[in-house]
Amino acid sequence: MIEAEAREEVFKAEGLTKVYRTGDVEVHALRGVDLTLYAGELSVFLGPSGSGKSTLLNILGGLDGASAGRVEFHGQKLTDFDERSLTLYRREHVGFVFQFYNLISSLTARENVSLVTEIAKDPMPPEYALELVGLKERMNHFPAQLSGGEQQRVAIARAIAKRPEVLLCDEPTGALDSKIGIIVLEALTSVNEELGTTTAIITHNVAIREIAHRVFYFADGRIASSNVNATRVAPHEVTW
Amino acid sequence: MGALDRKLLRDLLGMWTQAIAISLVVAAGVATLILAVGAYRSLDETRAAYYERHRFAHVFATATRAPRGLMERILELPGVSSAEGRITKNALLDIKGFEKPATGLVISLPAKGVPVLNRLYVRAGRLPQPDETTAVAVNEDFAGAHGFHVGSRFQALLGGRKRTLTIVGIALSPEFIYSVGPGDFVPDDSRFGILWMGKKAVEASYDLENAFNSVSLLLRRDASEDEVIRRLDLLLERYGGRGAYGRDDQFSHAFLDGELTQLSAMARVLPPIFMVVTAFLINMILTRLIALEREQIGLLKALGYWPLTIALHYVKLVMVIAVIGVAIGFGLGTWLGDLLTRLYGTFFHFPFLVFQRSIDVYVISAAVALASAAVGAARAVWSAMKLPPAVAMQPPAPTVYRRLWAGGAILLRHVSQLTIMVFRHLVRWPWRAVTTTIGISLSVAVLITSLFAVGSINFMLDFTFFQSDRQDASITFANESPLRVVQDVERLPGVMVVEPFRSVSTKMRWAHNERRVSIVGRPAGTDLRSLSNVPVQAEQRRGGTDLSQLINAKMEPVTLPETGLVITEKLAQLLGVRRGDLVEVEFLESSRRTVGVPVTEIFQSFFGLAAFMNINALNDLLDEGRVVSGVHIAIDERFEPVLYDLIKNTPALTAIALQKVSLVKFRETMAQNITFMTGVYSVLGIIIAFGVAYNSARIQLSERARELASLRVLGFTRGEVARILNIELAVVTLAAIPIGWVLGAGFAWTMIQSFESELYRVPFIIERATYAQSALIVIGAVVLSALIVRRRVNRLDLIEVLKTRE
Repeated sequence: MIEAEAREEVFKAEGLTKVYRTGDVEVHALRGVDLTLYAGELSVFLGPSGSGKSTLLNILGGLDGASAGRVEFHGQKLTDFDERSLTLYRREHVGFVFQFYNLISSLTARENVSLVTEIAKDPMPPEYALELVGLKERMNHFPAQLSGGEQQRVAIARAIAKRPEVLLCDEPTGALDSKIGIIVLEALTSVNEELGTTTAIITHNVAIREIAHRVFYFADGRIASSNVNATRVAPHEVTW
Repeated sequence: MGALDRKLLRDLLGMWTQAIAISLVVAAGVATLILAVGAYRSLDETRAAYYERHRFAHVFATATRAPRGLMERILELPGVSSAEGRITKNALLDIKGFEKPATGLVISLPAKGVPVLNRLYVRAGRLPQPDETTAVAVNEDFAGAHGFHVGSRFQALLGGRKRTLTIVGIALSPEFIYSVGPGDFVPDDSRFGILWMGKKAVEASYDLENAFNSVSLLLRRDASEDEVIRRLDLLLERYGGRGAYGRDDQFSHAFLDGELTQLSAMARVLPPIFMVVTAFLINMILTRLIALEREQIGLLKALGYWPLTIALHYVKLVMVIAVIGVAIGFGLGTWLGDLLTRLYGTFFHFPFLVFQRSIDVYVISAAVALASAAVGAARAVWSAMKLPPAVAMQPPAPTVYRRLWAGGAILLRHVSQLTIMVFRHLVRWPWRAVTTTIGISLSVAVLITSLFAVGSINFMLDFTFFQSDRQDASITFANESPLRVVQDVERLPGVMVVEPFRSVSTKMRWAHNERRVSIVGRPAGTDLRSLSNVPVQAEQRRGGTDLSQLINAKMEPVTLPETGLVITEKLAQLLGVRRGDLVEVEFLESSRRTVGVPVTEIFQSFFGLAAFMNINALNDLLDEGRVVSGVHIAIDERFEPVLYDLIKNTPALTAIALQKVSLVKFRETMAQNITFMTGVYSVLGIIIAFGVAYNSARIQLSERARELASLRVLGFTRGEVARILNIELAVVTLAAIPIGWVLGAGFAWTMIQSFESELYRVPFIIERATYAQSALIVIGAVVLSALIVRRRVNRLDLIEVLKTRE
């Protein structure tokens, strides 16, 4: 648990709204969300499909804009950034982990990580990032030669190699079985603890909430409720 | 409309830019075929109609002086259906307001007033009456060049007397569709005109009453031209006959034939290139499309659709693209064909133009285009048919990449990951890279094939006007004159250098081969050069100070030996002679002797049939003493007006060619033609380059959208992501350019072989500028396609990509 006095706000969202329009159809993905995430915190976003979790994550990650409301990142209004500024923001501050890994198939594990370290200001060596996720011996293999779990760990290494302030994970275990999923979660939690990266994980899997500092429950485009976990559970103790 | 057809339409709309790019390639192929064949047939048909309606003769002959009574015997020759005798003579013209002397070819009209053969098309006014002495009809382009109309006047030196002539009519003749003045190499309508005059006036001027010096024959369909020529020569021999010849050797006809040959070559070489590129593009796009839609194909099969139905669906897609291209090509080809025919109409003097649009050309071009598209689609469609449903609905196996070599790791450290991505992709899919390279190289090749002619023509002009024939003017005397006339000419104001020449018509024989050719006698060295102290105009002459010299195709001077013939390679080939052989030379004028002359040298030349000798040796053979036919002169520009004025009033002179002046005019006329053709072909080249590059980039984008969007999510800018596609395009383009140069040179060489005629041989010259131009145009097209694709890169859906599996 992060002590209240040490809380540095990383994200602050107020009245965040997102409406998607396709012809005459309007989809209200977010309906006025208020949220604050703190430095070093690991949060889990839970909720059914279409509840707005991914939309919020996308806005926090600078992939999408809001229809109304505001989001601040260390006091800077993200919702006012132009396209180029958002790209720089993602480049310098955000690490992403996707459900389907999104590795570059023509690059080895190490090269996939180097892809990001080449454009980062203060990256860690790709080999070290891979070592952190337990893949040092597999760094010269291509994604096609790696298992799903290994690929996801490469993706995590790629995400953290730039030493991002923020790690956003959209269903990181969604394509994996429980055994491999736990390995991935261990990688995420260890990164969060060792590097102090503010981490947000979207998942359908309710069991995963136990590893988080805070849990947010989404429903119908809003944060229906949130919990602070008094005690956190290590990933290997989680079962699903 | 069935569901599949609806899918087809939506797919087409979704890929409309790619479809249009391919359609344009199809259109270009169809258009070039219609354009070339259309223009060819239009010109051919126009010529045929013109000849037929105006009774263009089959055989022509000239003589010194033949009695009118001979015409009856000529008419009785077997195979002759009609014959007409007339008088033709050159005359110097003096036109008010036109400083330079011009030359006119005076042609007498028959007693009845209207020619039986080589009938005139009277555009304005009328033809002179037989007894009118100062009335003249002139050819349309000569009139146009001087702003003449009916009633205009000018002066002409006819038979030594200067007369003022009045234009009563403006006409065209099938004999002069393309007309070049005596001694000139290129046409200049302001300085060469055709003058048709009444019989009596011409007879009196040249002392040829009841005589003729030129005859035209029209033959019956079953006549043997060679036999008629042989018999006609026998009849004219004692009257100074200079050897009859058929249409094939008639200058205007021969030149137009050469032009038609070029069009025909164009029709053979260019359209197949476009069809090959069409097939290749269709193959590329359909293979990729089917790969992207494999799950849909699997689903359709699982739902119970026949494989053939699915195959036909994709064939229909391809056919729609091809049909659109054919439709565009029809319109474009027809319009361009008409435009080209009209352009030719300004170059060639036709009174009317027949626009030939045969249905067969359209049918053939459409069939070939559709067949090319079908061939391109065949393999991809077959693979779609064969794909088992279960396999199709599964995602394809992940692509296996390899590191090239372990040692490369050291090199690779210095290269960015984006660049590594590009090269691994190229190496992993070499066939795609190769086919894209070939496609782009074909566009370079098309440009080279289309543009090289400019360089060749410039070379020929440079060769002629600045290397071999460097004189400012060539003057022909009315009759062969003694050598001392050279000194008379030297004394004329402004004349700096004088070089005499002697030209004699001959028949050359070797074994069973015979050709009619003029032998030109030239001084061997500089013993007859001007003694003037005025410096030569250095910028007009390079190397030696001889005005007119023999240069071979390798730009080396050919020395005239003291005796013996120096002939061109083409002439040697036609006669079958080699160096040292003794050819039989029958002189068709002067002494009319037949002698054996050794061939001392054979040289490669761009001008087909030519023979040269030392002028003294030639005179010795003719046994007439030191005699000249004319002189080449170099002129001091400051004295031009005075000199021209003198020349216009010198009875002994009949023709003057001002080569440099003609060159300027010719380049102007050529520029128009060249601009049109260069413009058309550049566009065609761009269409191919754009079609290939754009489709390749778009397909890459479709296949790698997920990867590229992932990079954007990771923080790469639009520019950095677009660079991946651009580097690949750049590598392929840079590889394609030298290949295209080689291919283009090959196609150009093929075309050149078909241009060769007895009149001239087009040199195979591809200027560096042509290579550079073709490369730049293609690079421009590729850059344009990259910029258009860049817009799509900018619009990659970053969110969508997070949710989709590879």
